[in-house]
Amino acid sequence: MAIPIVTAQELVEPAEPRAGVLGAVASGLLSNRKALGGLAILGVFALVAIFAPLLAPYDPHSLAFDQLLGPSAQHLLGTTGNGQDIFSQLIWSTRESLLLAIVAGALATLASVLIGVTAAYLGGLWDHVLNLFTDVFLVIPTLPLMLVIAAYVQSHGVWTLIAVITITGWSYGARQLRSQALSLRNRDFLEAARVRGERTSYTIVFEVLPNMTSLIVAIFLGAALYAVLAAAGLQFLGLGDNNDLSWGTMLFWAEHNGALLAGAPLWVLAPGICIALLGGAFALINYAFDEVSNPALRAAKRAKA
Amino acid sequence: MWYLVRRLEFFIVTLWAALTVNFLLPRLMPGSPAEALLVRFHGHVSPQAVKAMEVALGIHTDQSVVQQYLEYIGNTLRGELGVSVSYFPLSVATVVMQALPWTVGLVGTATVIAFVLGTLIGMLAAWRRGGLFDAILPPVFIVISAFPYFWIALFCLLIFSLTLNWFPLGFAYDLTSQINLSWDFVGQVIAHAFLPALTIVITSIGGWILTMRNTMITTLAEDYVKMARAKGLSPMRIMFMYAGRNAILPNLTGFAMSLGFVISGAILVEIVFNYPGLGFMLLQAVDNEDFALMQALFLMITLAVLVAVLFADVLTAVLDPRTREAG
Repeated sequence: MAIPIVTAQELVEPAEPRAGVLGAVASGLLSNRKALGGLAILGVFALVAIFAPLLAPYDPHSLAFDQLLGPSAQHLLGTTGNGQDIFSQLIWSTRESLLLAIVAGALATLASVLIGVTAAYLGGLWDHVLNLFTDVFLVIPTLPLMLVIAAYVQSHGVWTLIAVITITGWSYGARQLRSQALSLRNRDFLEAARVRGERTSYTIVFEVLPNMTSLIVAIFLGAALYAVLAAAGLQFLGLGDNNDLSWGTMLFWAEHNGALLAGAPLWVLAPGICIALLGGAFALINYAFDEVSNPALRAAKRAKA
Repeated sequence: MWYLVRRLEFFIVTLWAALTVNFLLPRLMPGSPAEALLVRFHGHVSPQAVKAMEVALGIHTDQSVVQQYLEYIGNTLRGELGVSVSYFPLSVATVVMQALPWTVGLVGTATVIAFVLGTLIGMLAAWRRGGLFDAILPPVFIVISAFPYFWIALFCLLIFSLTLNWFPLGFAYDLTSQINLSWDFVGQVIAHAFLPALTIVITSIGGWILTMRNTMITTLAEDYVKMARAKGLSPMRIMFMYAGRNAILPNLTGFAMSLGFVISGAILVEIVFNYPGLGFMLLQAVDNEDFALMQALFLMITLAVLVAVLFADVLTAVLDPRTREAG
């Protein structure tokens, strides 16, 4: 059942010495411009999320202003069709959007680790079944599935979104982890653990996983990017809690009120750019991560033609 | 042929999984809102149609779950999907068939364009490693891949329709005309499909470029490429027939696997452009609580993806001799 999606991560043999790897990757990341850019964007968003009450000039829910004002010194990005300050909404929305990305990304990563590593380690029929299960989830179109689930679920809070994103977002990572775990399976140190009579759960947690740290981090970054986009899509369709403040919800209200036709493009542009910046931050760090752990991909010198 | 048999197993299992998800979801949720909706139907439509819907939505409770499950699968395979609430009195199957060609045409064309262009660009970027192409394109497309599909769609709408007035605002053809085969109508269809297709190409091309570039870099270092160079073969031939042909395989399987993702984005694009395909209709069905239509659309979208995946598999089997060997 193996249909290899070859990513650079998989092409690299998992590195053997443990302590050195993470350190080398970390210092590699810090000297990579793409990674630094991504980390800087994430850092700024984290600060904005924490200090939102101090940074936002107005109450984001307040309807006190004139509707659809253009950008001005009082309202940097103008006002919404309901007379709310767009800039203040944008700042407060950082909280939920960042939370969704990180929590849903982490949960999806956890699910991929559980399923992918278990499949590879157990092998045989278990591997076949779990792998088929992974492929099925990989191919079933996620957005229609999310729509159908969200239509049946009556509550549309943040946690529903996180659950839906986790259910639909784990499969890609599980597949990558499985193939790396497969290549680890017959290494001597795992054989030693087997001979020592260690339990399967112990071997997986303390012997296999530490050797996969860098791939797990890369999968988290990919899952977080997926979560950013999936959450934005669902909220844009009105399947989140429309009273919450997040970038996707802002776009829902903008579309709902015909912001483009009403001549308020900033209402649409600003949240979209924030979503792209957050997603782009994860994507950039991920790409840099790939370059750092796979020297063949590093740019720099012009190769012989 | 072993390879294709295994892919067929995958095809059937996935289809079965989608059917089962459809069957289970309404039953897992407490207090199905579908029940209230069905009351409207009694006396208006044939008893068979009502029964098919009851089975699909899990209201037909005088049978055991297993019986319901078998009946549901049987009904679905025979195309008896019930009646649409929002397009009453049309049957669900009719509504789905009206939407299907639009999605297949739009998403199919856009995806093939993106795949071919992306693969070529990725190949060139790897071939001229460190060149201008290679320095600019990958980072640009990493950033673009982080933009939500629907936002790019809104952006295109703002620039090309509202500001420049080059393209119509939405739908698949001018609302004043009827579907026919005149040149005028074909022109309308192309004008209406251009922006949605452009959006899908812009957002999905980056993935193909990056995968192709990265695998091509690996194949370029292989011995057979060195050998081809040593033999003095023309660079074009080495690029396409030696390195390119081998690098394209992972991209092709990646293509199959990421189609589900592409179609998810395409659905959002359809919604932004009011394009009357499966995705647009799916959102309408969700908004109108038309559960039978919603389930049928979900199945149809999954089926469309699966057929494309199967097609990519057959193509892989043709391109890669290894898959043709036994075992």
